[in-house]
Amino acid sequence: MSGFDDSLLNEADETVRVRFVVNGRKVACEVAPRDTLVDCLRDKLELTGTHAGCEMGACGACLVQLDGRAVHSCLIFAVQADGGRIDTIEGLSESGLLADLQAEFHRRNALQCGFCTPGMLINAHELLSQTAQPSREDIRDALSGNYCRCTGYEAIVDAIDAVAKAHGENGGAT
Amino acid sequence: MSAPLTSLDRPNSYIGRALPRPNAKRLLAGRGRYVSDLKLPRMLYAAFLRSPHAHAKIVSIKIDEACAREGVHLVATGADLAKICTPWTGTLDHFKGMTSAPQLPLPLDRVVWAGQAVVAVVAESRAIAEDALELIEVDYEDLPVVVDIDGARKADGPLVNPGSANNTCFRSQLDSGVVDDAFAHAAHVVEEEFSFGRHTAVTLEPRAIIADYDPSAGMLTVHHGTQTPYQFQDLYSRHYNIPEARVRVIATDIGGSFGMKLHVYHEDMAVVGLSILLGRPVKYVADRMESFVSDIHARDHRVRARVALDAKGEILAMDVLDLTAIGAFSTYPRTSVVEGNQVIRLIGAPYRFKNYRATLEVIFQNKVQTSQYRAVGHPIACAVTERLVDMAASKLGLDPFAIRAQNVIPDDAYPQTSPTGYRFEALSHQACLKRLHEMMGYDALRAEQADLRKRGIYRGIGIAAFVEITNPSPAFYGVGGARISSQDGAILSLTPSGEVRCLISVTEQGQGTEAIISQIVADQLGLAQECVKVITGDTEVTPHGGATWACRGAGIGGETALQATRALKRNILEIAALILQEQPSALDILDGEIVDASTRNPRLPIAEIARIAYFRSDTLPPGTQAQLTVSHHFAPQGYPFAFTNGIQGCSLEVDVETGFIKLLKHFIVEDCGRVINPMLVDEQLRGGIVQGLGAALFEECRYSDTGQLMNGSLADYLVPMPMEMPDIVIAHVETPTADTELGAKGVGEAGTAAASACVLNAVNDAIAPFDATISSIPITPAKVLKALKRF
Repeated sequence: MSGFDDSLLNEADETVRVRFVVNGRKVACEVAPRDTLVDCLRDKLELTGTHAGCEMGACGACLVQLDGRAVHSCLIFAVQADGGRIDTIEGLSESGLLADLQAEFHRRNALQCGFCTPGMLINAHELLSQTAQPSREDIRDALSGNYCRCTGYEAIVDAIDAVAKAHGENGGAT
Repeated sequence: MSAPLTSLDRPNSYIGRALPRPNAKRLLAGRGRYVSDLKLPRMLYAAFLRSPHAHAKIVSIKIDEACAREGVHLVATGADLAKICTPWTGTLDHFKGMTSAPQLPLPLDRVVWAGQAVVAVVAESRAIAEDALELIEVDYEDLPVVVDIDGARKADGPLVNPGSANNTCFRSQLDSGVVDDAFAHAAHVVEEEFSFGRHTAVTLEPRAIIADYDPSAGMLTVHHGTQTPYQFQDLYSRHYNIPEARVRVIATDIGGSFGMKLHVYHEDMAVVGLSILLGRPVKYVADRMESFVSDIHARDHRVRARVALDAKGEILAMDVLDLTAIGAFSTYPRTSVVEGNQVIRLIGAPYRFKNYRATLEVIFQNKVQTSQYRAVGHPIACAVTERLVDMAASKLGLDPFAIRAQNVIPDDAYPQTSPTGYRFEALSHQACLKRLHEMMGYDALRAEQADLRKRGIYRGIGIAAFVEITNPSPAFYGVGGARISSQDGAILSLTPSGEVRCLISVTEQGQGTEAIISQIVADQLGLAQECVKVITGDTEVTPHGGATWACRGAGIGGETALQATRALKRNILEIAALILQEQPSALDILDGEIVDASTRNPRLPIAEIARIAYFRSDTLPPGTQAQLTVSHHFAPQGYPFAFTNGIQGCSLEVDVETGFIKLLKHFIVEDCGRVINPMLVDEQLRGGIVQGLGAALFEECRYSDTGQLMNGSLADYLVPMPMEMPDIVIAHVETPTADTELGAKGVGEAGTAAASACVLNAVNDAIAPFDATISSIPITPAKVLKALKRF
C-alpha cells in the first residue's frame, strides 16, 4: 500500500492518484484520502454492481475480491488498495465457479431484490474456493456476515450446496 | 372456470409452473439499475442536518458559513421549501375523528423526533454536503418529551402537539354480540397483556431518490425507489403544483421495500423542492444511520386481551384493548392507524365465535412515525389470538391442535362474516391444520420433546393459525379520500414480429411480479414466455394503477393481465379469421401459431397476422382496422377484500442457562388461492417467515428515556442472519377466489403474519415446566431469563 503526505488529511478536497488492476484491466483514478474503496468503485469506476448496505462491514453487500480474497470494500480506503488486484461481480461473472453459482441462484430463485446478491456470490465463491465440500451448517456459517432481507436464506444455502456437490462430482474442478 | 388454468400438460401452460424469473439474471450479473446507482448529468447531492433532540423549539438557524463552502449550491430551511410546497396531513375521512398535525418537508419552528431532518444542503458531492452540515448552527430550546405509551396517556403529561387536548390520534371501538354476558357465563377465562416492540424494514438498499426538474419544460422527473410510482406522481403534482402529466415517476430496480418505501418522507419531498429551486437533478440516498431514524417503524403495540370459553373449550367471546404509539405525525397518505385497525379486526379471525369487543387507541409520541410494513397488524393480531388459544388449551388440558380443530370456522361453512365485520369468501383452516399435523410429524415431535426434557433439554413446539387480508378494494383507502388506486391497468401490444409487450401498473420489487405477469400473458395468449416483454414502474408509459402492495400484484395485477390478454387474443383471432376466411370461434392460438380450434392443426403464425396488419393492411377486407394494442383496466369487485389463510408450526430449543433460543425447523401450510408460480410463492413465504422470525427474536428499535434511538446501526440492531435461521417446510392448500378468473389471492405477507406468534407459543411451550410465561416480543435472552427468574 502506498503512503501519502499526512498534510493531505487536513484538506478533504485534495486527491491522490491510485492505480489498481480491476477485473483484469489497469485503471488509475483520483480519490480523496477519505474515499472508501466501495465509493471509488461505484462513483469513479462506475462499477455499480458492488453495493453499499451498512457502511460498517456488517451486511456484506460491498464484498469484492482484493488480491484474490473477499474483503469489505466499505471498510478500506481506496488509497489502501492502491496497487492491488480487485475483482468485482462485473468481472467475475464470466468465470467458471461464479458463473455456476449465478446459474444455480437463478434456477432456485435464490434472490429477490438482488441488492445483496453480488456480495453473497463473492462470499459463496470465497467459501467454495477454501472448502470444497462444505456442510449446510458450514455454508450458513460462512454467510453469517451477509444480510438478505428478502429470501430467508434457504434458497441461497441450497444453491451453494448444489454447486459444491456438482463440483465435487466433477472432481472439484473450478 | 378453473380447469383451463391448471392443465400443465398443454403447450404454453405457464400458470402453476415453477419457473425462474427472467429479470433476475441482470441482478445476478451486477447489472441492476437501482436508484442509488444512477448518475445524471449536472446532478447534485443532498444531505440533511438532523435534530439531536426528540422535542425542541428551533430558536435560530445560521447557515452563512455552510453557504460559503466551496461546492455548496444551496442550503435550504423549512421556510424556503414551505414557499413552494403545500403541507400534507396524514388523516383519512373513514377513520372518524382522527387528527394529525400538518407536515412540511422541513420543520419551521419545532422538531418532534430525534433524527428529524431540519436543514438541507445541496452540493457537488455528498461528502461536500456533509462537510457543510457541520458548519450550520441550530439553536434549540428543549421541550418536554413524550416517549412511551404511559407517558403519552398521562392526564397532565407533556403534549406532542402543544395546544391539543391530549396525545390521542384516533380511537375506535368494535362491539358485536353480547360480550359481557358471554364472559359472565363462561366456564373459563384467560387473559394476558402483550407488548410488541418497534421494529423497522431495514431494506438492504436504503431509501433513494433523484428529482430532476426541468424549468424550461416545466417537467419534473423523479427516479424513486418506491413501490407506488402513481401515488407519488399524484402527490408531487399536487403539493408542488405541477400538472400531473408533467410529473414522471420512474421506479426501476429497488433494493427491497416491504411497504416501507410507499410512504411520503420529508427528505423525499424536500429533494423534489430542492431540484425545483435549483433546476438541476438532486440525489439523496439515506445512509444506514439515517434509515434507522427516518424510515417508518412498525408495531409498537400494547394489547390487553381476554377470551371466554365454555367448559368444553369452545371460544365464546373476546375482549381486546390495543394501545399503539405511532410517532409525532400520522404518516401520509396512508396514515399510521391502519395497523391498529387491522389488529382489532383480525384478532380471532380463524375462529367462529360471535361476541367481540375491541378498543383501539392510537397515540402520538416523540419518535419517528410508524406505518404500514409487511403484514400490517397481522403479527400482533395473530400473536394475541394464538397465545390466548394456547393458554386456554393448557388451562383445559387440550392439545393445541385439538382446541383449534374444535374452534376454527369449518371449511364447508363459508361464506362467513367475522364478528369484526370482515366477510370471508372461502378459507381452509381445517385442511391446513390437518396437513400441518402430518407434515410436522407432530406426535413424534411431542414424544421427542418429552424424552429430551428428562435430560434437561427444553424444546418447544408452537403452532399459529392466521387469516391474511389481501386485494383491497376502494374500501381500504379510496373511501377515505386517499388518491390511491385499487384498480390496475395493462396495455398489451402484439409487436410487428409477433411478440407481446405488456405495460402494466403493478410494480416489481423482486417478488417476481414481472415473471408472473409474463407467465399469465403467455399462458392466456398461447405464446412462449420468452416472447412476452413486461414493462413496469414508469408513469410516463405504464397505465395508472395501485401498483404492488397488500399482496395485490398477483390477485389484481394478475387478473388485469389475464383479462387484457383475452381481449388481445380476441382481436388477433378476428384478423386471423378474416385472413383465413373462418369464424374466429373456429380458431385458437397455440405456441405462437393460429390453429384450428378443434384439430389443433397449425394454420398461420401470429407473426404473419402482425406482418399483414402492420405492413399490408391493404390486403385486409375494406373497413377492417386491426386493433393489435389493447388497454384494459380491472378493479376488484364482489368481496371488499380477499382473505388468505394458513397455519405455521415451529420447533425450537431454549437454553435455560443462557436464555438463547435455537430455531430448529419451521413449517407452513398456506392457502393463497391459485398458485401462479409455486417456486416464487414458496420464496415469498420463506422470506416473509424470516422477517417474522427476526421480529420474534431479535429486532427492536430501542429508545432512551429522552427519546434517542439507541441501536440505530446494523451493528447494534439485530436482523436475522443465515446462521440463526431454520429451514422452512412448505405445503399448500388451494382455494381460489371466485371473484376473478385467475383465482389468485396473494402471498406476500402470510409468512410474516404468523411467524412470531408461532415462536411465542413454542417458547412458552418450552419453558412451561418452569411455570414461566412470556408475552413480549421480541423474545430476547434477557426476557427468557427473567421469565425463568434467573436474571
